[in-house]
Formats: sequence, C-alpha cells, structure tokens
Amino acid sequence: MQFYQSLGVEPKLSLDPDDLKKRFYDQSRLWHPDRFSRSSAAQQQQALDMTALINDAFRTLRDPVARAEYFLKQNGMELSKEAPPELLEEVFDLNMALEELRGGDDSARPQLIDAQSRFESMRSQIDAALAESFANYDASQDPKILDDIRAALNRRRYVSNLLREVEKELNVHVSN
Amino acid sequence: MSTFQIDFGESTSRIVGIDLGTTNSLVAVMDLTGPRILSGIVPSVVSVAESGDVIAGAEAREMLLTDPERTVYSVKRLMGRGVADIQEELKLFPFRVATGSDAVLQLQLGDRLFTPPEISGHILRKLKLDAEAALGEPVTQAVITVPAYFNDTQRQATKDAGRIAGLEVLRLVNEPTAAALAYGLDKRKQGIIAVYDFGGGTFDISILRLQDGIFEVLATNGDTHLGGDDIDNLLLKIALEDIAFEWGEDISGKNDAVQLLRRGVIDAKEQLSFVPASTIDLHYGPRRYRREITRELFDKLITPIVDRTLAPCRACIHDAGVTVEQIDEVVMVGGSTRIPLVRSAVENLFRSRPHTELNPDEVVALGAAVQAGILAGSVQDQLLLDVTPLSLGIETMGGLVSKLIHRNSTIPASATEQFTTGVDGQRNVLIHVVQGERELVKDCRSLARFDLKDIAPMPAGMARIEVRFLIDANGILSVTARDVRTGKEHSVEVKPSYGLTDDQVEAMILESFEKAEADFKERQVREARVESDTILAATEKARRNPAYDALTADERAAIERSVNELLVVYHGDDYLLIRSKIDQLNDATQSLAETMMNTAVSGALKGTKIDA
Repeated sequence: MQFYQSLGVEPKLSLDPDDLKKRFYDQSRLWHPDRFSRSSAAQQQQALDMTALINDAFRTLRDPVARAEYFLKQNGMELSKEAPPELLEEVFDLNMALEELRGGDDSARPQLIDAQSRFESMRSQIDAALAESFANYDASQDPKILDDIRAALNRRRYVSNLLREVEKELNVHVSN
Repeated sequence: MSTFQIDFGESTSRIVGIDLGTTNSLVAVMDLTGPRILSGIVPSVVSVAESGDVIAGAEAREMLLTDPERTVYSVKRLMGRGVADIQEELKLFPFRVATGSDAVLQLQLGDRLFTPPEISGHILRKLKLDAEAALGEPVTQAVITVPAYFNDTQRQATKDAGRIAGLEVLRLVNEPTAAALAYGLDKRKQGIIAVYDFGGGTFDISILRLQDGIFEVLATNGDTHLGGDDIDNLLLKIALEDIAFEWGEDISGKNDAVQLLRRGVIDAKEQLSFVPASTIDLHYGPRRYRREITRELFDKLITPIVDRTLAPCRACIHDAGVTVEQIDEVVMVGGSTRIPLVRSAVENLFRSRPHTELNPDEVVALGAAVQAGILAGSVQDQLLLDVTPLSLGIETMGGLVSKLIHRNSTIPASATEQFTTGVDGQRNVLIHVVQGERELVKDCRSLARFDLKDIAPMPAGMARIEVRFLIDANGILSVTARDVRTGKEHSVEVKPSYGLTDDQVEAMILESFEKAEADFKERQVREARVESDTILAATEKARRNPAYDALTADERAAIERSVNELLVVYHGDDYLLIRSKIDQLNDATQSLAETMMNTAVSGALKGTKIDA
C-alpha cells in the first residue's frame, strides 16, 4: 500500500477528498524537486523519486475507481476482463443500432440516445453501490465485499466502454 | 593590506528567469521586492555579419531588412523538429534549410550552418550578457520558459540551447504557468484561473487552482504552431498578391522587399488594436504601395486563426474537470492578446471579461524569475505543480499505442512496464516511445527508440525486464531498466528520433562556452581598466592639491604603494586582482578625498556673495 503510505493516509477504500488533497499539498511542499535545486545529486534524485511517487499516488487515490482497482491489486486480486453476462442481450441490440447508424440509417438515433441515458444512469447506480461497498468493507474488512467490488468495477468498465462507443458514434454522425 | 574577495561560487550566484519567445525574448531576476526585468526586449532574431560574427537581438532585426539571406527569425518554430515536420513552415517562412539536413535540421546563414538550438543559444547568450551587464556579476544558471504544449523533443532542444549558451538550465517552466506565478503573486491568491497565452508563434491555454501558495495546474492544451506569425503571414500573402496585381510584378522572390513589407504588415496589424483603420505601407525603390485595412476586414480575415484557439480551450476546461462558471478569472498573456477580436472571443467563451492589466509581453519573464526565486530558496511560500501536456506511450503489436502516462498528469510522474523476449535466445528488445493522444503510432510523435541490450539468452518469454519511464519536473522523459531476476540495472541505449545527441550538444557547448567565458572575462578586465584609469587620474590630480601635503608620511606612502601596485596588475588579465587594487587605492586615498571635499565646500562658501 505504497500509495497510501506516501501520502500518510490509512489504507481505506473510502477517503475524504479534501483531506487527501491537503496531504498531497503538504507532501509536495516537503519533497518537490524545486526545494532541492541546490542539494546533492543523491538528494535531488530522492526528491524526484518521492515526488513522482506522491503524484502517482494522488492521481490514483483521488479517483474512486482507480483507487479501488489499486486496492484490489494490492490485495492480490486480478481484475476481471469478462463481459458481464447480464449485459449481453443489451450489447447485442446496441451493436445492431450502432451498425445502422454507421450505415447512414438515422432512424437508429433515438434508440442510441435512449441507450446513452440508460448507460449513464447505470453507471451512477454502480458508483453509488461502490461507495456503499467501500464503507462496508472499511468497517468490516469482510473479504467477500472485495469480490462484490471487483464485479462492480468490471461492470462499470464495461458500461463505460459502451457509453464511450455510443457517444463517439453520435458525435461522428451528427444528424442533419 | 586589505583585499577584496568576491565569492563567485555557483551556489551563490543569481538564477535568472528567461522568456525565450518566438518574436521577442526577455530576462528577469528576483529581487527583495519582487521580480524585475533586467534589460530591454531582445528580438529573437539572429544574423551572421559579413565578418562572420554572430549578432542577436535588435541589431540582427535591422539586418533582416538589409541582409535577409544571413538573418533568421521565429526559429522557435523549428525547435525539436525534423525536416519532414516543417514542410508547411517552409512555405511561409524564409528558412534556408541546408542540404543534407536529413538527420539533424540545419539552417544556412551566409556560409555558416546552425542547428535551431544553436540559433536559440545565440539569443540566450545575448540575454546572458545583458543580464551580466545589469547585475555586474556572472550569470550561469537560468530558468527558461517553454510553451506548455511543447513536447519532449522541443523541451530537450530548448535545454540544449541553454547549455550551448553556457547556461545551466535549472528548470524549464511552462509559459502560462509562469504567467500565473507572476499574476498570483501580484493579484490573486485563491481560486481557479485560466491563462490564455497567445504569442508570436505558439498558443497555450492552462487552467490552474491557486490555494495556500500552491499553483496546481489542472489541465493544459494548445498548439505549438499558432500565433501572431500566422496573422502576419496571412496579411503578407494578401499584400503580395495585391502588389503583383497593382505593379504587374511579383516581388515575393525578393527577400529584402518581402521583409520590408512584412514590417509594414506588422505595423498595420499592431495599430489596428487601437484604431479602427490603418494602412499597409511599402516604399520599395522608387515605388510605393499603400492599402488601407479596416478593423472590420481584419477581423474577418483572422477569424479562422482566432477560432483555432477555441477548441483547445474547450478541451482544457473539460480536462480540468471544471465548468466555465467555476473559473474565477481569465488572464491574458502574449502580444496577440492585444487584438480586440481575440479579447472578445475569449470573453464569449469564458463568459467573463479577461484580465489585461498585466503587460502581456513581460509577465512570462517575470514569472520565470519568480520560479528562479523558488529554486534559489528566496521564495519559500509558493510552489508550482505542473502537468505533462501530452500522453506518453509505447508502441505495441500492430502499430498501436499503449499509454503509460496520461496527459495532464502532475509531473514528476512515472510508470513501470515489464517487457520480455518473443523469440528463444533473443538478446535485444527494442522499445519505441511516442507522445500524443492518438491510438496509432503513426499519428503520434516519435520520441525515441530504446534498445534493451545484452539480455542473457533464454527461452522466449522468460526474460523479465522492468522499464521505468520518468517524466521530470521539466516535462522531460528519462528511462531506466532493471532485470527483475537479477535486480541488475540494464543498459538503455537512447536514439532520439529528432534533435541532437548528447555528443553533438557537448561539441557545440565546448565551442561556444569557451567563447562565452572568454567574452565575460575580457569585458570584466576592460571595465576594471577603465575604472583604474579614472581613479589613477583622480589620484594624480589630487597629488597637486595642498591637501596632499597635509597628509602624514605614512598616508602618502600608502597612496604611493597602492598606485604602484595597481599599475603592476593593470595590464594583467585578472580582473578580480585589478578590482582589489582599485579598492586598496580607494581606501588609501579616503582621508585625502575627505579633506579635499571639506576644503572645496568651505572654498565654495567663501566665494558666495550674500545679497542684502
């Protein structure tokens, strides 16, 4: 849990963003290479390495999804890359609509706009569930919750990819 | 005998801040009261005189009119680029690329060849000399600003230019960020600000959060080939066509005429920021061309150029994760922000009136001086957290890019990746590093190829080499590799895709550095001799004054000795020694000077008539 250590925070899934930012600023003040421009080469290298670590840590921990992925990996859990089975039918319909739009058939547009808003709400539901799981895990340390989080992260990534695909096509084929 | 010791050790000399601009450059320094500009604006123009001397600055800009073949401007556009990338530039700028410039781009000025970093090096050297003259001490360390959107190669080229000029470049700082430092120090301490920096050749937009002395860049975007230059070229093209029609002669092949016209176009453009109409005026030989241009027409012509700045602004706002309403202020930097159309476009986009009270030409150099103060430790409560403008990736199967460090990551930033072999007994692994946002390698900027060598022969896929990519606080990449099995550091051989190798830079430094050192010493010696002449003449004169006879024998002997010692060192080339003898003579003549002064004052009073 090097990222947590470098910013001096407890290794928890739920973090207070303001507190995290404050610690990031404090550590930056301490270690930034600007503070060591007239120090020895060894000290400069240490400052550079420490600051890179602090920056990498803050970038990862401030984002709940990146933070959870890091947390799972540190707990020896690989992230799943399989398509969530409950989404398969949805994906099938979506791909049809995307094909139609790519082929110039604008009648698929309403269906895609509909899909876009459905995926967006799906993603916010996942985010809300994740926040709840984070708090539950922090309180109980129950490893089963980490499995739930892993599944939720996988679902989220999948939904995000679909959403990106839909948005890309909607933007490329702007209706006349 | 008292001797005067000056500590010229590097650790105590001052760090200057330099704005190395496309059109103009400036040097500034941090004082107790704040940053200040050290000398006038230095036009970023370099010329080679008939004698072979290289001239930089205002004098070189004049030679652009008389000797266009031997003079170059806007060289910043070529920094860190290869011949293939500058074909568009070559259509618009009179760069004379030397033949055989395939590996390293070289320009021909007269009969000499220069790389872009060498030309920039001459501009930096001029700034260094100006700073030394203003400060009266050698300048060896600098902070140099670069466009925020400069890639790794362009940054490296700028650092090379500094080294060639005999400057240790302690930090490259992004221009809009430097402006924010100067602005934040002066005006605003907290909040979210956007810096819109539209200069001579580059455009940057940066959004920062200012909080408790921390200047955190949230996102940056831009275009390193978009600036006032493009407006000049557009007007120039129109005027050339106009002249061809009016005179029945195409003068676009006549370099001196084109440069004269370009000057006229720039004058007309600058006036249009203040008056509703101006005139492009050209006297060439016996002929004269005059064309009135209204602001309305001007606005219409430059709208496409100004519009090109808006997409990067929108992308930057998005990447910063803020809304337009959350941005407290927009700060305008760069000469092109004087154009009313630019101001109104920014006002429309950000829905607030931009700040224009800072001098847009000076604010970047002032900010560079603040950053120099931070590095020197004289500014303790401010800290800059900047980002990398472009994503860093490596080439994977099928010419795809795998991103390792995303754009807008706070720097220093690092990423580690494991590599292995694909064939039994393979000894080398080639890694291709690129920078850019696109998914295909061919659409990104190739930075370098790294060869991991001397891998112990073993079956395919067994080797484990961990490669660490580190972007430092200057935005420059370094790569280290480690064999995971043995823990041994692995050798990494870097082949930069563009730009100079270390050996090439070393050779250029050697040439110019020796020259620069010699120049500085020579000037110091000359100045010390001039000072000696003054004090020796004054002493000689004082000896004839009655006050001299009133001195004690010891005092007279001390003066004699000091004069002789100064004469002994006078023709040597140790300026520190000359100065110490000047000081010694100054001390020895102090009581004489005081007596003479008193006598003079009482003599003057005696001669005064008081009218009743």
